[in-house]
Amino acid sequence: MSLHEKSIAEIVAALDSKKFSCRELVSHHLDRITEANGYLNAYITVDREKALTQADAMDKARASGNAPILAGIPIAHKDIFCTKDIKTSAGSRMLDNFIAPYDATIVSKLKAAGTISLGKTNMDEFAMGSSNENSYYGPVTNPWRKDYIPGGSSGGSAAAVAARLCVAATGTDTGGSIRQPAAMCGITGIKPTYGRISRWGMIAYASSLDQAGPLTRSAEDAAILLEVMSGFDPKDSTSLNRQVPLFTQSLNNSLKGLKIGFCKEHFGKGLSSDIENAIDIAIKQFESAGASIQEIELPSSKFAIPAYYVIAPAEASANLSRYDGVRFGHRCENPVDLADMYRRSRSEGFGKEVKQRIMVGSFALSAGYYDAYYRKAQQIRRLIKNDFLAAFESVDLIIGPTTPSTAFKIGEKSDDQIEMYLQDIYTITSNLAGLPAASIPIGFSKGLPIGLQIIGNYYDEASILNLAHQYQQETNWHKMSPTAFSLEGIQPSIKP
Amino acid sequence: MSRSDWQVDIGLELHVQLLTNSKIFSGASTQFGASPNSQACAVDLGLPGVLPVVNEAVYEKAVTFGLGIGAIINKRSVFDRKNYFYPDSPKGYQITQLNYPIVEGGKIEISLKKGKTKIVNVTRAHLEEDAGKSIHDQFHGQTGIDLNRAGTPLLEIVSEPEMKSSEEAVAYAKYMHQLVTYLGVSDGEMSQGSLRCDANVSVRRLDDETLGIRTETKNLNSFRFLERAIEFEIDRQITALESGESIQQETRLYDSIRDETRPMRSKETATDYRYFPEPDLLPVEIDDEYIDIIRKQMPELTEHKSERFMVEYDLNNADAKLLASDTALADYFEEVTGISGDSKLSANWIRVELMARLNRDSISIKGSPIPATETGYLISLIKNQSISGKIAKTVFEALWQGESSAQKYIEDNNLTQVSDSKELEPLIDSILANNPKQVEQYRAGKTKLMGFFVGQIMKETKGKANPQQVNELLNQKLNL
Repeated sequence: MSLHEKSIAEIVAALDSKKFSCRELVSHHLDRITEANGYLNAYITVDREKALTQADAMDKARASGNAPILAGIPIAHKDIFCTKDIKTSAGSRMLDNFIAPYDATIVSKLKAAGTISLGKTNMDEFAMGSSNENSYYGPVTNPWRKDYIPGGSSGGSAAAVAARLCVAATGTDTGGSIRQPAAMCGITGIKPTYGRISRWGMIAYASSLDQAGPLTRSAEDAAILLEVMSGFDPKDSTSLNRQVPLFTQSLNNSLKGLKIGFCKEHFGKGLSSDIENAIDIAIKQFESAGASIQEIELPSSKFAIPAYYVIAPAEASANLSRYDGVRFGHRCENPVDLADMYRRSRSEGFGKEVKQRIMVGSFALSAGYYDAYYRKAQQIRRLIKNDFLAAFESVDLIIGPTTPSTAFKIGEKSDDQIEMYLQDIYTITSNLAGLPAASIPIGFSKGLPIGLQIIGNYYDEASILNLAHQYQQETNWHKMSPTAFSLEGIQPSIKP
Repeated sequence: MSRSDWQVDIGLELHVQLLTNSKIFSGASTQFGASPNSQACAVDLGLPGVLPVVNEAVYEKAVTFGLGIGAIINKRSVFDRKNYFYPDSPKGYQITQLNYPIVEGGKIEISLKKGKTKIVNVTRAHLEEDAGKSIHDQFHGQTGIDLNRAGTPLLEIVSEPEMKSSEEAVAYAKYMHQLVTYLGVSDGEMSQGSLRCDANVSVRRLDDETLGIRTETKNLNSFRFLERAIEFEIDRQITALESGESIQQETRLYDSIRDETRPMRSKETATDYRYFPEPDLLPVEIDDEYIDIIRKQMPELTEHKSERFMVEYDLNNADAKLLASDTALADYFEEVTGISGDSKLSANWIRVELMARLNRDSISIKGSPIPATETGYLISLIKNQSISGKIAKTVFEALWQGESSAQKYIEDNNLTQVSDSKELEPLIDSILANNPKQVEQYRAGKTKLMGFFVGQIMKETKGKANPQQVNELLNQKLNL
């Protein structure tokens, strides 16, 4: 098996038995990036020298016997996580010149665990988008098909993992931005319970919804990374002050007696029939493993999209106020006065979608509209949470489609905002409620991957990963690799 | 214009910088006077990805203040974002508390002329962060931004509009200044911006039952400016209304050079702050146990202390009030009394000798060149008659001038009072022998001459003789 098809556990074992070195592993992935990134545009920044230096350091640490657990594992960070000494752009022209003087907490944690960052991945500007078309650095191509979107906003991370340009990547999920691209790129992605992972150093889009998580090729890899990334951080007041379970320890629990719920409204109208069929097959798989399936109701879910598109833009409108050209980031040429500097710096620095959400959010918070929009949206949020709490009285997990359709063509939905916003119809509710949720690959439709969403109760990422892992023990969807990128060695030129 | 036809309503908003080592949402220092932007960390600069974490010391200060004015301490208070663009507001919003402030209600009693007093109710006090400073006059055509002050913790104290004159408003502000300083809530250094005042002023006809339209004059950083700004506004509003104009509800600035207020440029007055709950911070939860701990740690309130001074130290009302008015002064007094063993004499010395000098040289009690230990020791010598009051004053002045030890100074200059009759008797004998005429006259009944003999002895001993002892010995010898 080639270097880039191995799971984290297989790599660790191979490094331990000196089948290859960290340097070989890292430079192999760097070479793949060099070869494929021009086509995929998955990475915004690649730091080859630093990655190789770190690889050498990890080889040394391994030789001396005091290597951290993930020493040498090559990963990538979504360009929303601040990294000391390397540009952090959030996919925006506004931050094209921004280098943070600190690492995000998860960047530090993953570094301390020995992982090696190959670079920073492309994303929708400030994580606003579901197709990765809103990046200042251009769209990302879906590794499964030319001219198709990879999903968003963590589209670069998902594409990089799917094309084997890194072993795993970090992402953020405010309304589905880990799960939706994971589904569209045929990989595994999990957004844990709100607060499980520190938000320090993660550029804010909508603070009460934003949550980081790993994008990986398997549930097992996700469990390994989630253990490293999770934990209370005194620098984030909203991070959970709770013991982090050992997610890897419960992966092999039996599914016997597990109660899985599904919501009828998630099927039928608006959902592709291939996706529905794939989910039916997956359900049979769960049942044969001893789980039971029952219907649940989430009556308030139908209000989720409107509530989300009030709350997220409202928070964003304030979160993005700091980009004013005064202290860092883009500043317009020769401002005539303060108002001119604000207006032009922000007009030039932000893309269309970002500006639109700032406008919507500012409107929703303005005097006279606050009660009708922001307050109402918060009430809906409470109802959605209550629906889930009621549902979890009778089931352990809730499954359904991650997305209404598989990946679509670049530009196909650019003019239809509602259609684009509906991409997140199944994923948004778990952000509004703060629940953990994952997407795993369960098949293909016309050559494009299909994702299954698994939502868990608060703090119960372990059950999600257990179900996902057991499913992946019986199926091979997660091992499927886009043909153009699964060939041994580096092809002179990759043309799918 | 006739002021007597009008009544005035004034409400004050005081912005009090809290006495904490670090900022409200970051670990950066709050020290005043550092070089620009040397005390602004990533959080204060509002860099991407940073998050605020509340410095818990601010809760302690806010609760202490709340207890100090008998207010309700809200068990749950919530931080909000107040959105506005300004270069010295790094995030584009200020974190403050809108609907659920930490302190609500409470009242204080202010002292007015002719011994009158008045109760003023406090509406609320909430926690928020200070902004940075814009420096307009040092860079040609450009504005400098100093973010050292950004994130300094503030308590905004809002009064009811119950004050009727600039005198009342100033008395209220002074009382609050004294209170927050006394309680250790703030250092109270007004010249450094530790207490700034916004004055809401409106006027109405005497028979009018509803408040007039108010103006808010911002950032008054001295009691004098507060008074002048209010006076100007009262006159301006009455003049305008009497000439048929109306008052605009607006924000104004006081120009101390022209002694007038004028409207802020409209650009500086945001109209809609689009408040919403701060999603980066959890609501503040405070329980009774915490409030009790703070209550027990609190310094004694001035009123309680002055009453205690009257009972415990037998001081008169005026001395007790004066000495209790300032924590450092009260502590000084109690230390001196502890050493001297004479509270009244100590109070007297502090008031007459020490405070006169401190006031003369504009030194605060904390900066007194004479420590309480020396003052106490000196008074103990007066009390046990080792030195006379007059000598003590000489020693005190020497200490003021830089002598470090009263004991050493007295020894070096041989100033100890002579009370030993073995030392005094030969002296008295020789004086009596040298003045036979006066002795004769005295014995013939001219007892006034006692003073003459005492004077001679004092002159001879350079004032060191114990006068009581001298009197007794003279009596013995003259009334043989």
